[in-house]
Amino acid sequence: MDLIVSVFESNGLLVAFAVIGGLMLVSGWLSRTLTRGRLQGSAIAIILGLVLAYCGGLATGGDAGLADFAVLSGLGLMGGAMLRDFAIVSTAYGVDLQEIKRAGLMGGLSIILGVVVSFVIGSCVAAAFGYTDAASMATIGAGAATYIVGPVTGTAVGASSDVIALSVAAGLVKAVVVMVGTPLIAPLIGLNNPKSAMAFGGLMGTTSGVAGGLAATDKRLVPYGAMTATFYTGVGCLLGPSLLYVTLRAIVGG
Amino acid sequence: MILYGVAALALCLLTGTLVGELLGEAMGVDANVGGVGFAMIMLVLITDRLRRKGKFPEPTEQGVLFWSAMYIPIVIAMASTQNVVKAISGGPMAILAGLGALAAGGALVPVLTRIGTPAEPLPPLTGNHEEKQEV
Repeated sequence: MDLIVSVFESNGLLVAFAVIGGLMLVSGWLSRTLTRGRLQGSAIAIILGLVLAYCGGLATGGDAGLADFAVLSGLGLMGGAMLRDFAIVSTAYGVDLQEIKRAGLMGGLSIILGVVVSFVIGSCVAAAFGYTDAASMATIGAGAATYIVGPVTGTAVGASSDVIALSVAAGLVKAVVVMVGTPLIAPLIGLNNPKSAMAFGGLMGTTSGVAGGLAATDKRLVPYGAMTATFYTGVGCLLGPSLLYVTLRAIVGG
Repeated sequence: MILYGVAALALCLLTGTLVGELLGEAMGVDANVGGVGFAMIMLVLITDRLRRKGKFPEPTEQGVLFWSAMYIPIVIAMASTQNVVKAISGGPMAILAGLGALAAGGALVPVLTRIGTPAEPLPPLTGNHEEKQEV
């Protein structure tokens, strides 16, 4: 037993490949038998992955889902930012740049609109739950943009640490619901072409959420959504603690 | 050689990330601004030029396409390492804020796509589309 564990631990990435392979096999089978192919195998695999991450987090008390089990630590490398971004960039191979240029103005608009709308909704929800001071509202609003913008804004405006923790939670929820929800809302919002994928990426902004959601919807849309989403966190960190916070303070005072 | 494709991809991402970090610093923001996006544009421009000159042969191409085919498995690994416990333990407020952001953003997609020329939907997926793309 110890031998198995030590082999698995020292070959983490290989274990991750095998585990994800198994997970995809099960998901493909579930997709064919339970949903008759209506819900894509990759969508089911992502949902299963999230459920397993929840179980892993509960069992170990860590913050990296399944990767907190030592034998599965390779999942952290396989699903980490480096390989994720590497794979995202590779999907752009063969993309038509004209398509992106034509939607450029709309893409830029979608990023700014996405940050502002998330911020407004997040801070309204915060106010509804009794966080009525400008710093807390701005921090939670920024968290509704992405879980990186939240703490950056919170630190800059001097929010309390529990509010910053809440803003991270709001950003994590957004990443998770975008992953799961995108294939479900895709037919309703016309998410079936490069242009709408660019708008979607800019409006959502969470790279992991958009990457997962579009993978579960139609992989061909990934490069377009990722293209705009990648600017979102930067714009959010720029606007959150400055323009948006100052505007919010002028409205609610203090 | 396959490695040339992988190396080109790596160079694009490294350069893009560097540009994104520099841009973030110039804007006074503690984040990478568009690194992945710059890398994608770079990859498209460079490979397009090389392909036209015939200097991006099929084996090299395979080095890029392999990672493109690995995209979904990598995203599934990413999903399985998310901090879902913390997301849920944030309570109803965090969940409402996240859901609200998704709903409002989703509702705005059709509004934004009306700007400029209308777009045609992609042709429907054939059964084994992913496998085909690898070859």
